[in-house]
Amino acid sequence: MPKSGSAKTPEAQFIEPGHTYGSVTDKITSIVLTRKTPLSWFIGFSIAFLLLMVFLASTGYLLLRGVGIWGINVPVSWGFAIINFVWWIGIGHAGTLISAILLLLRQEWRTSINRFAEAMTLFAVAAAGMFPLLHMGRPWLFYWLLPYPNTMSMWPQFRSPLVWDVFAVSTYAIVSLLFWYVGLVPDFATLRDRAKARTAKVVYGMLSMGWRVSAKHWHRYETAYLLLAGLATPLVISVHTVVSFDFAMAIVPGWHATIFPPYFVAGAIYAGFAMVLTLSIPLRKFYGLEDFITMRHLKNMAKVMLATGLIVVYGYTMEIFTAWYSGNEFEASMMANRFFGPYRYVYYSLLFCNAVMPQFIWIGKVQNSPLALFIVAMFVNVGMWLERFIIVVTSLHRDFMPSSWGMYSGTIWDWATFIGTIGLFLTLLFLFLRVLPAISIFEMRTMVEDEEKGMQEA
Amino acid sequence: MSSQNNELYGLMAEFSEAAALVEASKKAYQAGYRKMDAYTPFPIEDLSEAVGFHKTRLPLIVLIGAITGALLGFGMQYYAAAVSYPLNIGGRPLNSWPSFIPITFELTILVAAFAAVMGMFALNGLPQPYHPVFNVPRFAAASRDTFFLCIECLDGQFDLKETREFMQTLNPRGIFEVDP
Repeated sequence: MPKSGSAKTPEAQFIEPGHTYGSVTDKITSIVLTRKTPLSWFIGFSIAFLLLMVFLASTGYLLLRGVGIWGINVPVSWGFAIINFVWWIGIGHAGTLISAILLLLRQEWRTSINRFAEAMTLFAVAAAGMFPLLHMGRPWLFYWLLPYPNTMSMWPQFRSPLVWDVFAVSTYAIVSLLFWYVGLVPDFATLRDRAKARTAKVVYGMLSMGWRVSAKHWHRYETAYLLLAGLATPLVISVHTVVSFDFAMAIVPGWHATIFPPYFVAGAIYAGFAMVLTLSIPLRKFYGLEDFITMRHLKNMAKVMLATGLIVVYGYTMEIFTAWYSGNEFEASMMANRFFGPYRYVYYSLLFCNAVMPQFIWIGKVQNSPLALFIVAMFVNVGMWLERFIIVVTSLHRDFMPSSWGMYSGTIWDWATFIGTIGLFLTLLFLFLRVLPAISIFEMRTMVEDEEKGMQEA
Repeated sequence: MSSQNNELYGLMAEFSEAAALVEASKKAYQAGYRKMDAYTPFPIEDLSEAVGFHKTRLPLIVLIGAITGALLGFGMQYYAAAVSYPLNIGGRPLNSWPSFIPITFELTILVAAFAAVMGMFALNGLPQPYHPVFNVPRFAAASRDTFFLCIECLDGQFDLKETREFMQTLNPRGIFEVDP
């Protein structure tokens, strides 16, 4: 029987002492196979599903009436759709960073969080992908974005960042799915061997591909896993770079900046870790997984969030500095508009959420309190959405010609679609928690072994 | 030399510690056994070496996939821009290769990733829903917390009695016959 550590000191292990290979396995598989589904799951899933129905309604009405139901106009022809797309994709990036980059850097603390972080990535990309499709004037022609053989001799515009996005985001979705599935195969084998119900045995058995934990197979498996991590690392950087090109390749002041690729990638990791914290703190509480997702994990994630937050603040600072230093009147005017124009309160909120709130992480008491970290993470989630709002709207609503200036606000359908995608994300997440192991079982077993070795050496 | 009982797949020894299995595998290799495999609930370094597995061709397969993806991506864009539907836009070069880089890069990664995953499964012979080792009821613990070493009948040195005695010297928790 596992004896979980009673006092969680700040220097707690990456796994609480007292676990064995068996107890680790049992604890994680029991959530899926044996324990009664907790009431909190049903409540959460109901809310998520309700929001998914909101998504269904708003998408249905959109397809019926067209994008006029949204708040987009001239000059602000890109509104919530692009804001939400970038927000969701950014969130996805933390999962890949945890799965792939921390693996290559041999950071063992990734082990208990990488499974559901990668799941979060997949669901975030699914939510993100809705927007490029729905924001088209004629979404039924979405396939024109792809180079399919056709009778018109037509090709997509390969020189356009929007088409680059199609390839980048599709590749990202597929590679993330492959990476996640490969990581799951040994755990499917465990579930197959532990399940009592026939249906569960058959389904998990098929998904496990007949995995029989052979050492020779493990060798190739580890090789493939490392190679996938090596491929996913430049991929994740390229994806948000290409997303930033949606803006940087335009000539509008506030968009046409070489800082955008690193600024966006840092911002994505920032937003992503905020979301991982937002998810992992309730998860460990409601499922009793504090032995595996320890305070040390939360602290490390908070520190990564703080570090990337500082990079983003550097981005803000350079934007402001460049607007003045460039001597370009349009650039300066754009920045003055952000500080003193009609959207200034949004900008101030953005700076408060993204630059001020995360500084609380410097304080030890905040680092040691899951609730405090959760609150800071929520501020960052909101702040990053506001950042994309500011980037998109302030540059579009007042660009070169004052006679073309206008205003923008989201309609009820903009908000409904956005909240609906949150419903899509949460629904997928709750389904994942119910039928799949939320923590990588076989990787956690290696943590037990390491901890035993550590204790023997001590 | 030749096995007396042709109706077996092999003999399987059970261990409760990873270190014991690695030791046992090394001894078995030294004793001359080649057709064998070890089964563990998580990957163990050096174990595949110990059972006689050396290099995998997977990295080469992934490299080939990456190169294929790159050629595919660039080739497609070049063909579209310079051959199939060239557009004279201000006299700019048809082969505008800098703007072809992002898609080329993405397709490189995509095909390489497919090569890694499908290559790994193919080289492992998966999916393979049936394998003789699953006939041992105790083997279900291999995906939980138990370690196994299995020496196959087809091994030149396999002899039911001698191999069983040899396995006893490895101090296993149990020895099982594996039906084919």
